[in-house]
Amino acid sequence: MTVAIDRAPGKSRGDRAPRPGLVQRIKNGYQKHWYAYAMIAPVVAVLGAIVAYPLVRGLYLTLTDANSLNSARTIGVNHIDATYKFIGLDNYKDILFGPLSYDRFWSHFLWTVVWTTACVVLHYTIGLGLALMLNQKLRGRTFYRLMLVVPWAVPTFVTVFSWRIMLADSGVINQVLGSLHLPQPQWLEDTFWQRFAAIMVNTWCGVPFMMLSLLGGLQSIDSTLYEAAEMDGATAWQQFRHVTLPGLRSVSSTVVLLGVIWTFNQFAIIFLLFGPTGAPDAQILVTWAYFLGFGQQPRDFAQSAAYGVLLLSLLTVFTSFYFRWLKRNDQLAV
Amino acid sequence: MSTMTPEKTETVPAAVPARRIRQRGERGPLGAAVLHAGLALASLVAVAPVLWLFFLSLGPDKDSYLHPGKILGKLTFSNYSFVLEHTAFFDWFKSTMIVALGTTVIGVFVAATTGYAVSRMRFPGYKSLMWVLLLTQAFPIAILIVPMYEIFGELGLIDSYWALIIINCTTAVPYSAWLLKGYFDTIPFEIDEAGRVDGLSPFGTFFRLILPLARPGLAVAGFYNFITAVAEVAFATTFMLDDSKYTFAVGLQTFVSEHDAQWNYMAATAVLIAIPVSVFFYLVQKNLVTGLTAGGTKG
Repeated sequence: MTVAIDRAPGKSRGDRAPRPGLVQRIKNGYQKHWYAYAMIAPVVAVLGAIVAYPLVRGLYLTLTDANSLNSARTIGVNHIDATYKFIGLDNYKDILFGPLSYDRFWSHFLWTVVWTTACVVLHYTIGLGLALMLNQKLRGRTFYRLMLVVPWAVPTFVTVFSWRIMLADSGVINQVLGSLHLPQPQWLEDTFWQRFAAIMVNTWCGVPFMMLSLLGGLQSIDSTLYEAAEMDGATAWQQFRHVTLPGLRSVSSTVVLLGVIWTFNQFAIIFLLFGPTGAPDAQILVTWAYFLGFGQQPRDFAQSAAYGVLLLSLLTVFTSFYFRWLKRNDQLAV
Repeated sequence: MSTMTPEKTETVPAAVPARRIRQRGERGPLGAAVLHAGLALASLVAVAPVLWLFFLSLGPDKDSYLHPGKILGKLTFSNYSFVLEHTAFFDWFKSTMIVALGTTVIGVFVAATTGYAVSRMRFPGYKSLMWVLLLTQAFPIAILIVPMYEIFGELGLIDSYWALIIINCTTAVPYSAWLLKGYFDTIPFEIDEAGRVDGLSPFGTFFRLILPLARPGLAVAGFYNFITAVAEVAFATTFMLDDSKYTFAVGLQTFVSEHDAQWNYMAATAVLIAIPVSVFFYLVQKNLVTGLTAGGTKG
C-alpha cells in the first residue's frame, strides 16, 4: 500500500486524518517519495536541460569577450572554432560603471522600472474596475465579458501590428485627433510618445488577464460577508475596503507578481511596435539585451548574456522581497 | 488610455451600491446606465484595434490605411486571395501547428504529473521545486537566448521545430504546473483514497481517476501552452532561418520590412490567423476563468 496523499486541502497540519502506525510509515516513506520524484522527474529533466545548463553556460559567456566574430561557427563546410577568451568581470564593470554606462544601461534601467510600474498599476486598477463592473448582475454581462477578452484572445503579435498601423503618422488615431483639433503626436518617432504608446499598447494587451483573474476572485468571495457588512451599516466604500479587497488578497498577490515578472520581461510588444532597430530610447532592458546579442553586427554575445544575468538578479531580488513582504502580512498564496 | 481612466474611477464606487440595491430587486436606473456606459466604452476600446485591422484588410492597396474613407467604396477580398495563393501562408500555418501542438502535448503531460505531485505529495525538495517553477517565469529571454543559440547550433537544431517546441515548454510548463496544481487541489482527496483502497498505485490513481476528472483543468493548461507557443516571437525570430519554416509570428513580420510595408497583405494575414485562434479561445474561455481562479486563489 502506498500513500499518495498526506495532506488535505484547507486544513492545517494539526487536524489531518489519523496516519498509519510508525512502522508502516517508515516502510511507506521510501515508496512515497519514490513516486513523487518519478512524477516530477520530467519537469526537473526539462528544466535542468534547457534552463539550468544554458544558464551555467550563459554565466560563463558573461565572463568572456564572446561575439559573433570569435564564437564557434560554420561557414559553408568550414567549421571555425571559438577563439574568445576569459576576461573576468570586465563585462559587468563596463555595463554598470563604464563610460557609456548611463546611455547603455542606467537609462534603460530607469525606463524599465517606470514601464513596469506604470503597466502593472494600470493593469491592476483597470482590471479591477472592469471586474467589479462585470460582477454586477446586469443584462448583457456575458456579451461584455466576451468583448473585453478580445485583446487576450487575439495573439499579441497580430494586435501589435494593428496598433502600429493606427499609431502611424497619418494613421487613424491622428486622423481622429486632427479632426477634433487636438495635437497629433508622432507616436512612433518621438521618444516621449514612443514610451507613452508602448505603455498604452501593453496596458491594452494585459488588462483582460487581470480582469478575468480578479473576476474569479470576486466570485469566490462569500456573499454573506456583504450582507453582514450591510447589517452593520457599512457604506459601499467600507464594504469595498474591508470585504472586497481582503477577499481578493491571495489572487491579487499572485497576479501582481506574475504581472511584474511578465511586464519586466515583455519582449514582443516593444520589439514589434517599433521594429527591430527603431526607438533606441524606448527599449526596455530585455529588448535592449536582445539588440546587443542579435540586432547588430558584430553580435555581442557576452554583453547580451551579462544583461540577462543582471535582469535575472533584479527579478530574483524583487521576488524574494515580495515574498518576505507577503509572509509578514500573512497573505502568502503559495 | 485617456479614454478609459475617467470612466473607471467614476464607476468603481458606484458599482458597489448598485449591487446592494439589486439584491432587494430595485436597481437604480442611473446605476445601470453608468454600468452599461462604462462597459460599452471599455468593450469598444478592447475591440476597436481588431475591427480596424479587419476593415483595413478589405482595402484595395497598401496605402489604404491613410484614407480609410475610400475603402468603404471598394471593399474587396483580393488581399485574402493574394495571401492564400502567393505567399507562404500554408507553410507558416503548418510550422505554427507543429510547434504549437507539440508544445501542448508535451507541455501538458509534463505539467500534469508535476502538478499532481505537488498537489498531493509532500516530499523533500517540494519547497524548492515550487520556488524554481516560479523563478523560471522570471527568466529573461536575454540570458537564455545566447547560450541556447550556441547549444542548438552545436546540436544542429537551429532551424528545427524541436528547438522551438523545447524552448516553448520552458516558459509554458512551470505556469501550467501551477495552474494544474490549483486544479488538482479542488478534486476531493477521497477519490485518491478510494483508488488506493481498490489497489491502484499512485500512477494508476493519477492516470485512471484523476486525469479524467481534471479534463477542464487540462484544457486550460493545454490552451495556455498552445497560445504561448503560437505567440512566441523572440526565439522563433532568431532560430528559424528558412522562410518555409517560419511560424506566423515570424511570417507576419516579413510583410513589414524596412523598405516596404505591405499593410494590406499584413492585415489580411493577421485576420486569417486571428479568427481560428480566437474561436478556439472562446470555446475554452469558460474553463479558463475557472482554471485561473483555482490556480489564483489556491496558488
